Amino acid sequence: MGMTLSQKILAAHCGADKLEAGQLVLCNLDRVHGNDVTCPPAIREFNKMGLDNVFDKDKVTMVMDHFVPNKDIKAAEQCKICRDFCNEHAMDGFYDVGKMGIEHALLPESGLVVSGDVTIGADSHTCTYGALGAFSTGVGSTDMAFGMATGKAWFKVPSAIKFELSGKLSPCVSGKDVILHIIGMIGVDGALYRSMEFTGEGAHNLSMSDRFTICNMAIEAGAKNGIFEVDDKTLEYEKEHAQREPKIFHADPDAEYDEVIKIDLSEIKPTVAFPHLPENTHTVDEIGEVKIDQVVIGSCTNGLYDDIKTAWEIIKGHKVAEGLRVIIIPATQKVYLRCLEEGFIKDFIEAGCIVSTPTCGPCLGGYMGVLAHGERCVSTTNRNFVGRMGDPTSEVYLASPTTAAASALTGKITDPREATI
Amino acid sequence: MISSGKVIKYGNNVDTDVIIPARYLNSSEPEFLAAHCMEDLDKSFHEKVNPGDIIVAGENFGCGSSREHAPAAIKASSISVVIAKSFARIFYRNSINIGLAIVECPTAAEEIQDGDEVSVNLSTGVITNKTTGKEYQSEPFPEFIQNIISAGGLVEAVKKGVIG
Repeated sequence: MGMTLSQKILAAHCGADKLEAGQLVLCNLDRVHGNDVTCPPAIREFNKMGLDNVFDKDKVTMVMDHFVPNKDIKAAEQCKICRDFCNEHAMDGFYDVGKMGIEHALLPESGLVVSGDVTIGADSHTCTYGALGAFSTGVGSTDMAFGMATGKAWFKVPSAIKFELSGKLSPCVSGKDVILHIIGMIGVDGALYRSMEFTGEGAHNLSMSDRFTICNMAIEAGAKNGIFEVDDKTLEYEKEHAQREPKIFHADPDAEYDEVIKIDLSEIKPTVAFPHLPENTHTVDEIGEVKIDQVVIGSCTNGLYDDIKTAWEIIKGHKVAEGLRVIIIPATQKVYLRCLEEGFIKDFIEAGCIVSTPTCGPCLGGYMGVLAHGERCVSTTNRNFVGRMGDPTSEVYLASPTTAAASALTGKITDPREATI
Repeated sequence: MISSGKVIKYGNNVDTDVIIPARYLNSSEPEFLAAHCMEDLDKSFHEKVNPGDIIVAGENFGCGSSREHAPAAIKASSISVVIAKSFARIFYRNSINIGLAIVECPTAAEEIQDGDEVSVNLSTGVITNKTTGKEYQSEPFPEFIQNIISAGGLVEAVKKGVIG
């Protein structure tokens, strides 16, 4: 029996010819990263090991993105711990205010992660880089410390669910709708411990931005990783971004899968996940009137250029609904600058939105858009758990940038297909 | 090693945002995290928990964020072990890595009730409900993981040369 795409990549990183699901392996890592929340405990654990240096100072990255620009004194202290550590170890991979972006947008954009890599990050959405055909997965701070020390991580070799995609997305439907549809179908633990492997002619039809969004939310189905095969679109992206030569792996034709799920992309409609789980999905045309207080467009899930552009196409020339707060957050400095150069930011401001520099802030109820008692937010982020964006009685509705933008104009959850007619 | 205590029971998909809300992630001090553990799910948790108590929960315990602050908050609350039908994978790794005992046992997690007195033998995987007298056999950890746990966590395992 052959190996899945993830198994092939893991095998190449632990010197094995053949791996089977369930085996425990120690793999060499191409990159280890963390953020301002997860690095301080990792640094504390690393220091306990009494080592002078990290395994490779060019392969460790620390991105300050959760609570920066520092939201309070404690957050400032956390960044200082990271800054001091990177200075002390002469590490170039420290991304502070002015250089940072939301980590999962920044690392691929900067070409620090490439196809065929095995990478871990002390952030659950590290699974995003599967869009490049890399094996990447989220871990905790102690795993990060171990990775920083040894350049290795232990994994239980995952089995996989294969998603055979066909067709093309309809207008106003994006990768966000695809992954919400899938999570609605298999549940928040539907892929627990397993890989989600996306393949088929439909997968090749998806843009890189859509693939990043889909892999980003693999964790919301409990998956260890999400992964796409490398194709011409991946290679085109790598040509522009990669700092190293990408390595291309393919699943064996006789690879064994736990399950094969076929999805026709043309049948997917704009989808919204209701509180308080990403699996509580409804297509936007089957829901009644849901009034909202805030809209957030951004995050590691939907803060790329294409995401902001689709929101702009709906919002430009209009005014956001009276009494609604609309917060737009391009994910990196590059995306921010491009939005500025192309006039999006002026149009957003004239429409009554605010546009922030990159931060994870509102997605996890940190700052920059925390919700009050009973308030409702349509957000392009990734989680809608109790209290995720603020008060425990507040509600988060997860949606695509187009649905969020259409809702920004009406003050209630709105079908983007109606907004663009 | 045997842990025993009174059960505090929760349902399915207890996520890391309710175990420790992100508004407290500007610190990783265990005592600070313990003071806010579970507060968005169960405001009384911090007051009612006693040293050695056991959390019993449903499926996908610890889903969501990779924050190690979540198992750290539970451990700092003096919970001796978490029994669940299943665990989210990052939470599972993090618990092993920081030395919080966790046991996957669907039947025990289904049948044990809030307030029951329970003991868990982590070496054999045997769970005993002292209130009802019923015993459950859970799968003990594989040797690879037992080595990490017996060394006292991943960092200790590296220091002792057990792994790496």
